[in-house]
Amino acid sequence: MAKQSRRDFLKTYAIIGSAAAGLSSSTKAAPKNFLSEDRMAVLVDTTVCIGCRKCEWACKTAHNLATDPIETYEDRSVFKEQRRPTDKALTVVNEYPNTTSDKFPINVKVQCMHCDKPACVSACIVGAFTKNENGSVIWDGDKCIGCRYCMVACPFQIPAFEFEKALKPDIKKCDFCIERTSKDKLPACIEMCPVEAIIYGRREDLLKVAKDRIKNYPHRYVNRIFGEHEVGGTSWLYLSSRQFEEIAFPKLGNDPAPGVSEAIQHGIFAYFVPPVALYALLGGVMWLNKNKKNHESNTEN
Amino acid sequence: MENHKPTPIVTKYFTPVVIGLAVIALNGMLFLLARFIFGIGAVTNLDNQHPWGIWIGVDVAAGVALAAGGFTTAALGHIMHKDQYHAIIRPALLTAALGYTFVAVSVMIDLGRPYFIWHPLLMWNGSSVLFEVGICVMIYLTVLYIEFLPIVTERFIGRVNLPGFLKKFNQSIDKLLRVLDKGLEKTMFIFIIAGVVLSCLHQSSLGTLMVIAGPKMHPLWQTPILPLLFLLSAISVGFPMVIMESLITSRSFSLKPETHILSDLGSMVAPLLGIYLAFKIGDMVIRQTFVYLTEFSTVSVMFTLELLLGIVIPLRIFLSRSLSKTPLGLFIASVLVVLGVLMNRINNFLVAYTPPYEIHSYFPSFGEISVTLGFVALEVLFFRFFVIQLPIVSVPDTTAPQTKFSIRG
Repeated sequence: MAKQSRRDFLKTYAIIGSAAAGLSSSTKAAPKNFLSEDRMAVLVDTTVCIGCRKCEWACKTAHNLATDPIETYEDRSVFKEQRRPTDKALTVVNEYPNTTSDKFPINVKVQCMHCDKPACVSACIVGAFTKNENGSVIWDGDKCIGCRYCMVACPFQIPAFEFEKALKPDIKKCDFCIERTSKDKLPACIEMCPVEAIIYGRREDLLKVAKDRIKNYPHRYVNRIFGEHEVGGTSWLYLSSRQFEEIAFPKLGNDPAPGVSEAIQHGIFAYFVPPVALYALLGGVMWLNKNKKNHESNTEN
Repeated sequence: MENHKPTPIVTKYFTPVVIGLAVIALNGMLFLLARFIFGIGAVTNLDNQHPWGIWIGVDVAAGVALAAGGFTTAALGHIMHKDQYHAIIRPALLTAALGYTFVAVSVMIDLGRPYFIWHPLLMWNGSSVLFEVGICVMIYLTVLYIEFLPIVTERFIGRVNLPGFLKKFNQSIDKLLRVLDKGLEKTMFIFIIAGVVLSCLHQSSLGTLMVIAGPKMHPLWQTPILPLLFLLSAISVGFPMVIMESLITSRSFSLKPETHILSDLGSMVAPLLGIYLAFKIGDMVIRQTFVYLTEFSTVSVMFTLELLLGIVIPLRIFLSRSLSKTPLGLFIASVLVVLGVLMNRINNFLVAYTPPYEIHSYFPSFGEISVTLGFVALEVLFFRFFVIQLPIVSVPDTTAPQTKFSIRG
């Protein structure tokens, strides 16, 4: 832990040093939040999903979360309510009525979208979130101080906090099964899915697959891939037969979620010029007023 | 003109009101204890949709804004060199130092892992607004304590008298105080300017904090000029806060209110409030958000109240020549501005925050309110303690010559 901090400190120092030397662009080229062309993604085809919720079971098992036996997941009564990912379930499946066919309701799996320009990474006070080369957005429990600003920032309302823990509460969210993928295994939910409603691959390839499906079955899908452009693009991509906003997807623009706030922040702190200028200005005003006062009292005497 | 010299107020500490405040403080501390034993979820109404409640919206956001009296009076008294206002600088400084101390404490109790509060010092994230706010507040709190030191040295130089075996340290502590005093006298201007710059930075960045929430925040408040609005409102609430607190202090210690200084101070509030109002209305017109005011809802009512009660009515009182010369008129107008800014911070952080997938709407729990009120009570209790112990409040004194210390905050 201490070693880690020291290394981070030195790294930060190096960045500040180079910024001071006029090489501030090096901060942008830092390996953090590197967007690789080969980053991985998941394509969720909601027209294929049967709502078996086996992915929920696989996710809990892979992340050592408490779970009921797999048979209990056949109970479809949970769909009566809309559920959200929590600290105890990193992914959930919801159900929505199908406007064209009552027989096949629409099931939507919800989890962290792993944004290309994540708001949590931008917001986190200690930089506990990173966008990794494989596309995943990962939370670092050694850094987190539990301020919950990531939850304020996330446009998809995903990070969950262990509110009932007094000592060491974690932020919980889908981690793209980073441990499994680093051992060349598939993410647990993908491996589990019996109907290939969710497929894993390079983001570019999956976008091609999605576009082909829309082209080949124009009556089956609305002509949009959710996640292709939303908030600057996400690693999880969705296909649907209904408008996405009708099945509880948030209405979002295509600008990266942290966009405006980073622009303001970097404007106020552009190379520290504005604060230093303000300091100099106030110093000047103070000096002038002091001289004026001295001058007045001298002439009075 | 009679001399005003800050002196410790001679009075007994405990009164019925003080005991009442102590009870409120104790009640808050009990709920705080529960938070550390059973977790944040047990005491608060927070959930995954509402990560921040009144501990952030009121204790931190409004707390920072209402401590703005510190940097605004420092700018007026030291940077603009308006010597006639020196009587109010020390009380304002004490309010700011206490206010920011409690802001830091409030942040700590709201953190899931308070023992990692030092992490931002080593783990930097330049793109995080919260990081900037956090670092600025930490440095500013230090600056406030440094600005406060001369009050302590003035009180204790030549009067260090420790009991018992600590007696042998008396001489060296006295020497240390004298060195501090001498060093600070020459360098204080550095800290005073730094305090104003740091305040401008984090007061505005506190507004930027909610920009990243994007569409989760109601358009009546969500605007790219939030940092400017936060800065302007902080500047305009600084003097009203000082006026309110000065009038309450005079009343509770049976001193003559400094009506003359305060109404001069009040005359500067109107233009500041006017600028704030102009930007607020201008922003509403440019983004055409006034359409949301036509429907009757919590947000439209809260926005209208904030604007009318918090800006328009006090602006009218401060502009009135007769009303702004009386303690009562000044008091009412100042309280309204203070409440207006408090309401604005609550609106920005809580009322405007309407996240998707809301299960319950957020209203603070009894425990959250207890802790917030407990902190306010504690602040008042500490304020009373310090003005009795240290030379802070200026009492009219025609005999004593002005000391070199009285011109410094």
